[in-house]
Amino acid sequence: MIDNQMTWYMIVLSALLVNNIVLIRFLALCSFFGVSNRIEISLSMGMAVVFVMTLASAASWIIWYFFLLPLKIEFLRTASFILVIATLVQLVEMYIKKTAPALYNALGIYLPLITTNCAVLGVAILLIDYRLGFFNSIIYSISVAAGYTLSIILFAGIRERLEIAPIPAILKGSPIIFITAGIMSLAFLGFAHLFGL
Amino acid sequence: MDNWKIFTNGLLRENPVLVLIIGLCPVLATGSSMNDGFGMGVATTFVLVSSNLLISLLRNYIPNSIRLPVFIVIISTFVTIVDYVMHAYMVELYASLGIFIPLIVVNCIILGRAEAFAYKNSVTSSLIDGIGMGAGFTLAITMLGAIRELIGNGTLTFFNRELFNISTSLNFQPALVFIMPPGAFIVIGFMIAGVRWILKKV
Repeated sequence: MIDNQMTWYMIVLSALLVNNIVLIRFLALCSFFGVSNRIEISLSMGMAVVFVMTLASAASWIIWYFFLLPLKIEFLRTASFILVIATLVQLVEMYIKKTAPALYNALGIYLPLITTNCAVLGVAILLIDYRLGFFNSIIYSISVAAGYTLSIILFAGIRERLEIAPIPAILKGSPIIFITAGIMSLAFLGFAHLFGL
Repeated sequence: MDNWKIFTNGLLRENPVLVLIIGLCPVLATGSSMNDGFGMGVATTFVLVSSNLLISLLRNYIPNSIRLPVFIVIISTFVTIVDYVMHAYMVELYASLGIFIPLIVVNCIILGRAEAFAYKNSVTSSLIDGIGMGAGFTLAITMLGAIRELIGNGTLTFFNRELFNISTSLNFQPALVFIMPPGAFIVIGFMIAGVRWILKKV
């Protein structure tokens, strides 16, 4: 498990490979299966997740340590985090649309999807549970998002090949995709207990 | 639509997990044993039924333009209730479900039913719809948990009571991989294929 005593590169390795957010921790599965048809689309989605997850984690950290804890209203954690994340995504979308149209065209349609991406809320809650400091929280959320990007790009590569592969009719579509993800997860399980993590 | 049809719709024809394939994160993560799967199913069903009920009661007072934030606030209130009640009375289950209790709030089934059904239908229909969808979800997650526990550990436990244990009666070596993450993906893949095969036959 991750704690605040770990050095930054151990946090990166743990979040990126050993506890991969999709294949080992089972978060963000909707978008993992939903937008992994093409490698380029997966890359854009991954970039959008890196961007939003980092911002959302920073915002949640500030809310938890400066408002909810001092005011003793910890029971508002779930409600306040999800509302802040939803609002933040809307604001970021409007800001990017105004200032960087090229970036908006690349990320645009994926930004609203991220609001319901459970990994964003999941990471915000995890870094409170792990009692990470602000700097470590940022490192952790960037590495988790990078792990998401890594696995979705690898998976998209396999799915592009899967389209032309001969598959039994009953397994076509989602069943074979799940089984493929299972085999990929088996490969990531090989990283377990690496570096004593 | 009569109430029985609404109920069986969620349970079978539009089973959220096995047919519509939504709300998978908690299913795969917590369905590693029959006990945990059932606990997660009941917790989600409670939130689903209560939020459906409240949203259909308030549906004439919620302005259309801000309905999604209102839904999220209502859902997260019930999730917080479940979170605190489980922490107080079911410490073991709470520890094994962990982060997936607060994450019920982003389960697409709940927001999806609020938007697609409870906001447009009467209180009774919404209640029945919540129970049906919740039962379908609980059925799928409990089945997944039972299959994984049986192959991966050789046992079946329910409410912390061991129903039976094949490793003692037969010379059975459990395949540990099935209670680890890869097993979840593989079993759900075959379950979806199985449901398809059954739906094609009937």
